[in-house]
Amino acid sequence: MGYQGHFRVWRGSDQGGGLEDFTVEVNEGEVVLDVIHRLQATQTPDLAVRWNCKAGKCGSCSAEINGKPRLLCMTRMSVFAEDETVTVTPMRTFPVIRDLVTDVSYNYRKAREIPSFKPPAGVAPGEYRMQQVDVERSQEFRKCIECFLCNNTCHVIRDHEENKESFAGPRFLMRVAELEMHPLDEADRVAQAQSSHGLGLCNITKCCSDVCPEHIKITDNALIPMKERVADQRYDPIVWLGNKLFRRS
Amino acid sequence: MPELERHSFDVLVIGAGGAGLRAAIEAREHGMRTAVLCKSLFGKAHTVMAEGGIAAAMGNVNSNDSWQVHFRDTMRGGKFLNNWRMAELHAREAPDRVWELETYGALFDRTKDGRISQRNFGGHEYPRLAHVGDRTGLELIRSLQQKVVSLQQDDFAETGDYESRLKVFQEFTVTDLVLDDGRVAGAFGYWRESGRFVLFEAPAVVLATGGIGKSFKVTSNSWEYTGDGHALALRAGASLINMEFVQFHPTGMVWPPSVKGILVTESVRGDGGVLRNSDGKRFMFDYIPEVFKDKYADNEAEADRWYADPEHNRRPPELLPRDEVARAINSEVKAGRGSEHGGVFLDVSTRLPAEEITRRLPSMHHQFKELADVDITAQPMEVGPTCHYVMGGVQVDPDTGASSVPGLFAAGEVSGGMHGSNRLGGNSLSDLLVFGRRAGAGASGYVSELSARPVCSSEAVAEAERVAVAPFSGSDEGGENPYTLHMELQQAMNDLVGIIRKAEEMDQAIKRLDELKRRAATLVVEGHRQFNPGWHLALDLRNMLVVSECVAKAALMRTESRGGHTRDDYPQMEADWRRKLLVCRLPGADGPGASVEVVEEPQIPIRSDLLELFEHAELQKYLTADELEG
Repeated sequence: MGYQGHFRVWRGSDQGGGLEDFTVEVNEGEVVLDVIHRLQATQTPDLAVRWNCKAGKCGSCSAEINGKPRLLCMTRMSVFAEDETVTVTPMRTFPVIRDLVTDVSYNYRKAREIPSFKPPAGVAPGEYRMQQVDVERSQEFRKCIECFLCNNTCHVIRDHEENKESFAGPRFLMRVAELEMHPLDEADRVAQAQSSHGLGLCNITKCCSDVCPEHIKITDNALIPMKERVADQRYDPIVWLGNKLFRRS
Repeated sequence: MPELERHSFDVLVIGAGGAGLRAAIEAREHGMRTAVLCKSLFGKAHTVMAEGGIAAAMGNVNSNDSWQVHFRDTMRGGKFLNNWRMAELHAREAPDRVWELETYGALFDRTKDGRISQRNFGGHEYPRLAHVGDRTGLELIRSLQQKVVSLQQDDFAETGDYESRLKVFQEFTVTDLVLDDGRVAGAFGYWRESGRFVLFEAPAVVLATGGIGKSFKVTSNSWEYTGDGHALALRAGASLINMEFVQFHPTGMVWPPSVKGILVTESVRGDGGVLRNSDGKRFMFDYIPEVFKDKYADNEAEADRWYADPEHNRRPPELLPRDEVARAINSEVKAGRGSEHGGVFLDVSTRLPAEEITRRLPSMHHQFKELADVDITAQPMEVGPTCHYVMGGVQVDPDTGASSVPGLFAAGEVSGGMHGSNRLGGNSLSDLLVFGRRAGAGASGYVSELSARPVCSSEAVAEAERVAVAPFSGSDEGGENPYTLHMELQQAMNDLVGIIRKAEEMDQAIKRLDELKRRAATLVVEGHRQFNPGWHLALDLRNMLVVSECVAKAALMRTESRGGHTRDDYPQMEADWRRKLLVCRLPGADGPGASVEVVEEPQIPIRSDLLELFEHAELQKYLTADELEG
């Protein structure tokens, strides 16, 4: 049943740090977060880790396990061999605060830059009518638990710090798509997706979709359709000609 | 020592779940400079765990529904111990609060004619729960979070500062309220990240801190649920009521051990799932209590017909209120008819087509597949009771959420009274919105009528700081480890004040708690104050211990069984006890030897027009003879 597992956990702060080795008990049915908790309770009482629901619903315990962005609470120990060393490191795209905890404020800044839902004028609360098939498109994106693993893995900001200023990341480009596809939202969001939120920087490698613990098809269902809408508006030859003739920019 | 960080606001909201965010939105809309303080990241509060839905008598699926029917169901669910005024406000206002969420951008599942769809749930007479699959809590928290952002964008447009009127301080823990001559003057706490202390000066505080489940071993609650608001209120001089009533949700996961306690939504049963024992028998038919006999089917054929024709058939007993179902499961397991891992079987795989299950219960499907290797479209789930919700909490004025301490308000799970002795599923999310809004308005009203702002004295602040750093200076010899102490507390509460209670065990629990309290005085933590979970737990333990003491002492005093309080030695419900509230206070809150006092106080009689909503025969089951005459 139980065995002694080998763990390598990154410990440190914004001043620097490194991997530390631990040997720790692992029991049947456990997930990586259980083992991290056992380390806290028995060997390293001040090991910092974020977590809440322990059921993949709150998106707090994001980290990288053997280099892969994952939720600690949804990664079962049974996927590793008993003699395998499990390496746990903080998300790389965001600055480290301590141990496995990173500063994710980038995400909250970007959330604020997306104009909010614009309710339909003249429709009283209680009078909203929408068909299930129409709400389902945005509902898929609202399954997002904001674990920020998609933003963590996206090379546009993972490897290019300088893009953080102009790029909202898959999470918040998907938020733009969600509002754009909301049956009753009255704002036009297409032009801004490109000009303010950096949609053009995405080159649809689908890394975000691969790491999404909610299995949301971020690229196929949110980003590509948004790119198509941008293309329709910006690159339609008739619109282009009209803009030239009538000097609209 | 570095200088103390200070902020000044009109209204402080502690907690960023449904009640806290709704209160903050309301206070900000009343023109108050408002701060939200939360232990986790913004958007991670325990509300996200709510699955099934939000109860509101909109009548979208069955037009017979109305606030009166919802009120009736709520009172029945709480075995008539509810504060009737809260139950009334809740039933009347819930629909408006749900519709308001749509204006924030929420997207609920729809009916064919495009309105908000509503589903069946335990104890609700009609389909009443607005829902988004089985992730309704996430939708609620996200909609409120996005409304907060939307207000911040308005403020940015006007003032150039997103946070000029509404600011969220995340990963921040409040350790003490600061009083000025018995009135709220502010709150003291620390940044979890840096361990730095902060003083918030504010004349009004809304507690929206949720529940106490982390005092129990098997629980659906996250680490945040350490009864902080309950304890802050007690130490400030407010009273708690109904603390003996703790809801054990009938269906938590039981295997593997690491996920034991994690919630399995009641929607599984609402959508047709049934409970079976190891003999394959649908045992709930054997557990329909006398008071519910005319509402619940006594045979499988009628129960199964109900899903298609609820007008002419009685409901399946799997949809009895949670306390009944939890007790039934407990009895089956005790009688040796449990599953391999000590639960019973919850089966939806033989009741609905696979694609329907994954559409209606996507997160349950995902949760079982990923965590237990169980495919719920093909196999039954193993489930058992898990500590889920505390009905008890701060005694408040129903209309404003005001506690007995001037400037202190409470809403949501941390407040008491609304749910009586047992909460119906779906009534929590609506409670958060209805009373979050009311507490936000109540706090705003209080602040605007103040002539002078209370002051935080430097002595009070120094004392709060002394208490907060104490675990670092504990003696090295015999110093207690907070993790060990926490495990012992959880074990004691689980074993001795759990789902079935008896006097001698609770006596033992009270002694055990006393000893744990003494040992907690010698807690020692290692390391420094920067993001130190051991230290955080040491401070949370102080709250868990005092709240557990309330639960154990009140439970020992109530010599009857009702709702979320089941006594092996007093198995009957007594009409006389319905008229009594057990009120917990903490005299001498500042002293180290302070101990919880529980006193009996009379329950406020139900207003007559509300009583008339019930048949006389039904009232006879709950009320005393002289109440019925009057």
